[in-house]
Amino acid sequence: MPLKLKELSKKEDLFTHGHRMCSGCGTPIIIKQVLMASDYPVIASNATGCLEVSSCISLYTAWKIPWIHSAFENAAATIAGVETMYSALKKQGKIDREIKFVAFGGDGGTYDIGLQSLSGAMERGHDMLYICYDNGAYMNTGIQRSSATPFGADTTTSPAGSVVPGKMQQRKNLTKIMAAHDIPYVAQASPAHWQDLIRKVKKAFEIKGPKFMNVISPCNRGWRSRTDDAIELSRLAVDTCYWPLYEVENGITKVTYTPRNKKPIVDFLKPQGRFKHLFSPENEWILKKLQEDIDKEWDELLRASSIEK
Amino acid sequence: MARVVAVTGNEASAEALRQINPDVCAAYPITPQTDLMQRFSGFVSDGKVDTEVILVESEHSAMSACIGASAAGGRVVTATSSQGLALMWEMLFIAAGMRLPVVMPLVNRALSAPLNIHGDHSDSMGARDSGWIQLYSENAQEAYDNTIQAFRIAEHMDIRLPVMVCFDGFIISHSIERVEYLEDTEVKNFVGEYKQLYPLLDIDNPKSYGPLILPDLYMEYKRAQHEVMTKVKDVVLDVASEFKKLSKREYGLFEAYRLDDADIALVILSSAAGTAKDVIDEFRGRGIKAGLLKPRLFRPFPYEEVADTLKKVRAISVMDRADSFGGYGPLFMEISSALLHIKERPLLINKIYGLGGRDFLPGHAEMVLNELMEIVETGKFKTIKEYIGVRE
Repeated sequence: MPLKLKELSKKEDLFTHGHRMCSGCGTPIIIKQVLMASDYPVIASNATGCLEVSSCISLYTAWKIPWIHSAFENAAATIAGVETMYSALKKQGKIDREIKFVAFGGDGGTYDIGLQSLSGAMERGHDMLYICYDNGAYMNTGIQRSSATPFGADTTTSPAGSVVPGKMQQRKNLTKIMAAHDIPYVAQASPAHWQDLIRKVKKAFEIKGPKFMNVISPCNRGWRSRTDDAIELSRLAVDTCYWPLYEVENGITKVTYTPRNKKPIVDFLKPQGRFKHLFSPENEWILKKLQEDIDKEWDELLRASSIEK
Repeated sequence: MARVVAVTGNEASAEALRQINPDVCAAYPITPQTDLMQRFSGFVSDGKVDTEVILVESEHSAMSACIGASAAGGRVVTATSSQGLALMWEMLFIAAGMRLPVVMPLVNRALSAPLNIHGDHSDSMGARDSGWIQLYSENAQEAYDNTIQAFRIAEHMDIRLPVMVCFDGFIISHSIERVEYLEDTEVKNFVGEYKQLYPLLDIDNPKSYGPLILPDLYMEYKRAQHEVMTKVKDVVLDVASEFKKLSKREYGLFEAYRLDDADIALVILSSAAGTAKDVIDEFRGRGIKAGLLKPRLFRPFPYEEVADTLKKVRAISVMDRADSFGGYGPLFMEISSALLHIKERPLLINKIYGLGGRDFLPGHAEMVLNELMEIVETGKFKTIKEYIGVRE
């Protein structure tokens, strides 16, 4: 059944206005879409990061759901504990409601420091959904590189200088790593494609066991872009195939959106100040490499998707 | 009716956990704790407890999962040792800061480097400022009794703080001793039902755990944590007196052994106190007024009560099974602080012993007591801090 905005707009906002996320940030849009997607009560854990420090300060919270933040690297382990207590009390007949469990982490708290606890929780099979909002750096700490930062990007710890032209390592492909855990559901989504994102979250909540979703989350502070372009940039990420939309369900890979006209990567890079230096002649090779890598990955994904159809 | 058994400390502690039947247990194996959690997992596999066990990928995740489970609303337990406790470090403060009554048997073991799997107190002493309540046990019986009492202390509505039940690695965890078990129903009734105050699983009344607190309020939170700690002593004593009715075994904030009229005394924690008591008896037999103080509640530390008990002693050796490099031993620092406000103070010396499982022998206690006698006679001491049982 197609999702209708009219219907969704009647749902209560579970992540409210009044949070302190930067204006133009992609993350609150994602959180709203995720919480809107659930037909069940949801309990969330949150890794330390932008979302956490700006959504629950002192006596104020933007969360209308039970929420827990414990540390940076353990959103998965923390929600695993909550979910296990739920199982324990359910078994004892002390609770009978159907509740869903979700963890939110940024790319630093997920790709890097939180990877172990995420991997552990997935392997143990907790009935939970982990959502990574990937803005491609440690944005909260002052735009420092993470393992999700794209090749060539200018960050405060991988600055584009006269000798080194930005980050010289490739992005870690976390979605693939998570799929390699052979968990029932892994997906990539973008807030620009809200129907696709909500459908994926809905599907994830219906599946028992561990689920992982990686969502691109534009950050105008770190990306050095305009404050009103989060949706436009996340759409360009998809249309350039920098951020393909796909899912891996029970090992079956399926591309969920194929751009009619695949755009060149420069369309995604150009509006962002963090890639400005790449457009000088001496860095042409970086643009070329980025395009080659994306093409290769997209081809591989299409092949995996078509073979298994 | 009590059952008398011959068991190890780990076995006794696991038995206490079986009788308590917590809702959730998250654990990661580490020597010498491993055997404790193996036994508990056995109870789970045989259906002897209802506990949901989370066999995590690290101690950091063990404590993280305990935090999640405890906030969710229920009784939570884990256990660890040494490096495991060190890996939990960050989360120890979070469990305490969130007022989550997690109970954790800590099988005391040395910290690396160099790697050493044997018993000393450097793990728990390092964690003394994490906001956890710490109880120390002399033998398997005390490990068992303290584990049971820990739940009542942790979950007391005035307290709601995590509790560490410390007992010496191998010396207690792996040695077979005589232990009196309580009946299952006695333990069950003693610990009672636990209801979390603000459970996350109460979907209709959503709560937020772990907000960001800025400089305008952070100190108030920390002071509140200290204030809660000041109430712990009374709860510990109340729980102990109830426990006595059940078990006939007496517990306090510390044990004062032959201290009433003592001229010289040792202050010593855990298993080594047992060895030292025999030597104290021997000295008493020779007409020498020797005594011993064995702290049980180390955090919060009962300064006034300890000072009151030790103030008339003339010379004291504080025995530390942990070191503070470049400083005095941690227990020595507490005892010094406790006695600071007394005008006529006992003379104090500090001995570091038994690190990394080095034996503490009756001869060592005898040597220290002889030194104390000399200090009393001359009114002088040679060195404040000294290592005993070290190969020179």
